[in-house]
Amino acid sequence: MSYFKPQFRHPQLPTNERGFTRTAYEGLISTLCAGCGHDSISAAIIQACWELSLEPHRIAKVSGIGCSSKSPTYFLNKSHGFNSVHGRMPSVATGAFAGNHDLNYIGVSGDGDSASIGMGQFAHVVRRNLNMLYMVENNGCYGLTKGQDSATADEGSKSRTGQVNPFENIDLVGVALEIGATFVARSFSGDKQQLVPLIKAAIAHKGFALIDVISPCVTFNNHHGSTKSYDYTREHVQSGNIVDFVPSRTEITANYEEGQTHSVQLHDGSMLNLAKTKPEHDPGNLRAAVNALQASREEGEILTGLIYIDTEEPDFKTMMKIGEKPLNSLSQDELCPGGERLEKINASLR
Amino acid sequence: MSVQQKSSSSSKAKPVISSVNEFVIKFANVNGSGSASANTLFAKSIFRSGIPVAPRNIFPSNIQGLPTWYEVRVSEQGYLAKRGGGVDIMVSVNPQSMMEDVQEVLPGGFFVYDDTKPLDIRMLRRDIHYIGLPLTDITNREYEDARLRQLFKNVIYVGALAALLDIKLDVIDKLISEQFAKKEKLIKPNCEALRLGFDAVRESHSCPLAIRVEARDLVGDKIMMTGNSACGLGAVYAGATVAAWYPITPSTSVAEAFEKYASQLRYDKETDTKRYAVIQAEDELAAMGMVIGANWNGARSFTATSGPGVSLMTEFLGLAYFAEVPAVLIDVQRAGPSTGMPTRTQQGDILSSVYASHGDTRHVCLFPADPFDCFKLTVDAFDIAERLQTPVIMLTDLDVGMNDCMSNPLEWDDNYQYDRGKVLSAKELEEIEKFGRYNDVDGDNIPYRTLPGTHPEKGAFFTRGTSRDEFAIYTEKGEAYQRNMERLLAKWYSAPDYLPEPVITRSGKSASGATASHGFIFFGTSRDAVHEAVDILQNNGQVIDMLQLLAVPFHDSVREFINMHDHIYVIEQNRDAQMRTVLMNELDCDPLKLRSVLHYDGSPLSASVVIERVKPLMNIENIQSSN
Repeated sequence: MSYFKPQFRHPQLPTNERGFTRTAYEGLISTLCAGCGHDSISAAIIQACWELSLEPHRIAKVSGIGCSSKSPTYFLNKSHGFNSVHGRMPSVATGAFAGNHDLNYIGVSGDGDSASIGMGQFAHVVRRNLNMLYMVENNGCYGLTKGQDSATADEGSKSRTGQVNPFENIDLVGVALEIGATFVARSFSGDKQQLVPLIKAAIAHKGFALIDVISPCVTFNNHHGSTKSYDYTREHVQSGNIVDFVPSRTEITANYEEGQTHSVQLHDGSMLNLAKTKPEHDPGNLRAAVNALQASREEGEILTGLIYIDTEEPDFKTMMKIGEKPLNSLSQDELCPGGERLEKINASLR
Repeated sequence: MSVQQKSSSSSKAKPVISSVNEFVIKFANVNGSGSASANTLFAKSIFRSGIPVAPRNIFPSNIQGLPTWYEVRVSEQGYLAKRGGGVDIMVSVNPQSMMEDVQEVLPGGFFVYDDTKPLDIRMLRRDIHYIGLPLTDITNREYEDARLRQLFKNVIYVGALAALLDIKLDVIDKLISEQFAKKEKLIKPNCEALRLGFDAVRESHSCPLAIRVEARDLVGDKIMMTGNSACGLGAVYAGATVAAWYPITPSTSVAEAFEKYASQLRYDKETDTKRYAVIQAEDELAAMGMVIGANWNGARSFTATSGPGVSLMTEFLGLAYFAEVPAVLIDVQRAGPSTGMPTRTQQGDILSSVYASHGDTRHVCLFPADPFDCFKLTVDAFDIAERLQTPVIMLTDLDVGMNDCMSNPLEWDDNYQYDRGKVLSAKELEEIEKFGRYNDVDGDNIPYRTLPGTHPEKGAFFTRGTSRDEFAIYTEKGEAYQRNMERLLAKWYSAPDYLPEPVITRSGKSASGATASHGFIFFGTSRDAVHEAVDILQNNGQVIDMLQLLAVPFHDSVREFINMHDHIYVIEQNRDAQMRTVLMNELDCDPLKLRSVLHYDGSPLSASVVIERVKPLMNIENIQSSN
């Protein structure tokens, strides 16, 4: 990790519509491993919010526990954040939204946080179509406890110690489609070109927006045989500096034409197979989305892009019939029925 | 004042209980048979006759078919606790439980039963009086529909009781017309059913019985309400906007009452929008998460649950304690551990609430005794939670929560303003040089909060359950962590300044001039039983002072009360003397001085149980345990 963040900024940094430079959306210095996919995602969130010209203080960041859930510290320093308990971010977000629907909610979770301990809350926040961006920074393992498989690790994927995962994986994208999510996307932390527009679309979406981002763990899930790895270390380790040596890396990027399957070359020469949303796949059609997801799985590819969107379903606020004025800004006069009314209630109880 | 007496009837050996306005009547019904509204009608008719009354549902964890009872204590003296020790009148409408029901009648008491079929000889006792009522015959004769037969059977026995106990029919007629104000068609058939029972019993028995009702004017402006309703209404009055909950007996009706009252009082018809949100969560963990999320945003939010729910919420309670987010939790206690007896009452969650969650945590707890308290303390709970920036747990129980309790009317002062605690506005932030969320600038251990979205540049911070410094920056530095923990502890010690004082009742001196050396400490629904027990004990020459706890942590007056008396009896409804443990732990008092009086079989506490338990401790074996 880096331990110093330069304070110098170019005097002529471009500003957005609100007159903010990109720095207005930055956070504290990251304490994640150098090259961690999560840091690329944080950068994409910063870029997307800047491009959207959101007021930083009108964004609320919520997260659970884990590497992913630490990352909200590393972007949007002018926004309030809530690093809650493991797997329970959706409920905190739900209560927060009910209390004030006038903020933009960005939830950051991981594969352990959402697909294991938080599977129940994940399912229910989807059902409620809560207006939020729900980002899963998916690396298939538990980083902070040193690399155990998570529930999104693919069947047959090898752990760092060489053990093959015998269990079926949970694909949050598939689950979300099944239980009525209205915005479902998948992306790759190294693909900023795709990720930034997806984040912008997700924030703009009225309802629940899931982006499952494959975000390789450079430290614990980056070996040959792992299906969520950069798969390069093994190619490079002839010098012996493989384990626990995390070199400073340049940002991983991928450029490709829409609608094509690509083998993305990572910065170290390893490859990751990615498939863009196919031209025949209509993200407005649930059955087509489910079919496309299933087809890509059968082909051993990872379908990315916007997989499904439904702009018609009522969002949480509409379903709950919450008025325009946020509940947290109602005055005592608007909330308390008063003494005279209580006398009537007393009378009805005699 | 007591009019109940047990006397022998003139010629035969059979005793007859004779009493005006001082008796216990119990209804034995089948769960799900529609008896509840008829039974309520009966209890309410006593209340409307101006006589204090305490009805209690005794029901199984079952939807339909199992035995259920409704016990009504009528007490001109105003004693509302469970009386205990058998019943004076049993209304037996359930053959399933008849064998045990007949045994519960006190000698000289009455057994009212359906005599359409002859009574099983095994049900016959020589020392009680049988009042047969051809209930099935009447309903078969009068109604075609099987469902109507079932429903009206209940009203018919209420009519019969009106004749037997001399309750005025017009009182019940009025209650029926109020009950069906919106379904007027039902008023006449119900009033007719009432008369079917009334007339039938008058033909076959001499009315009224030696036990009877005489109208009085003893209830004043009192109300009858369940504690759960009072909590729900209290939350509406407190300005709660987000209720998040998961269904669990016996707390479910708290959220339902909140929704009922809010839908009447906070709904805008024109725009079809609500000034509240009731979220039925996927489990209790989520319910507490939602409460914390909403309060983080400055919306008053609460949840209601029972013991198993508190267990599930403990991780979140620790977060709210440590991150200093207000939260209100209403725990309607039931008999634990585990699933325990879900439909029976207990005060078994004291320790799991006061010290909920891992690490060093302590939570403010409140203990209401009746609906008046439930309403008032719910309102207080939101002020306390926001002032102290911490969870507040209100511990009620099934007894007050689910039963209609006679109570002082709810009170509201229109001049009272909510205490929203220390929250900085955008303007106030503007004037501050450097904001520190956990920086104790006032020296009262309560730093200022900011709400998301307040100011473009100032006041944003990261709320977290991890250790941080005064400026909410993550740190694992021991000193910073310890400073924070010490401040949280100091805040806890200063909490009583914001909490309701205990109610201390001094007996004065006894006839012999002795000052009280005995002090009773109790809380919640034990209040009425203890008051009654103390009346009996004082009538027998004992001198006893009382302290009713309303809150944890304790005021100094609790310590003083303990110091002032030679013997302290801590009366509570659990096995492990949980409040005694809290008293010992928080006040560091001599364990030998705190004697436990415990009751935990799932039934409400009665005066007779209190007296039976304290007798050996107080060395007064010769005292009778009832009035």
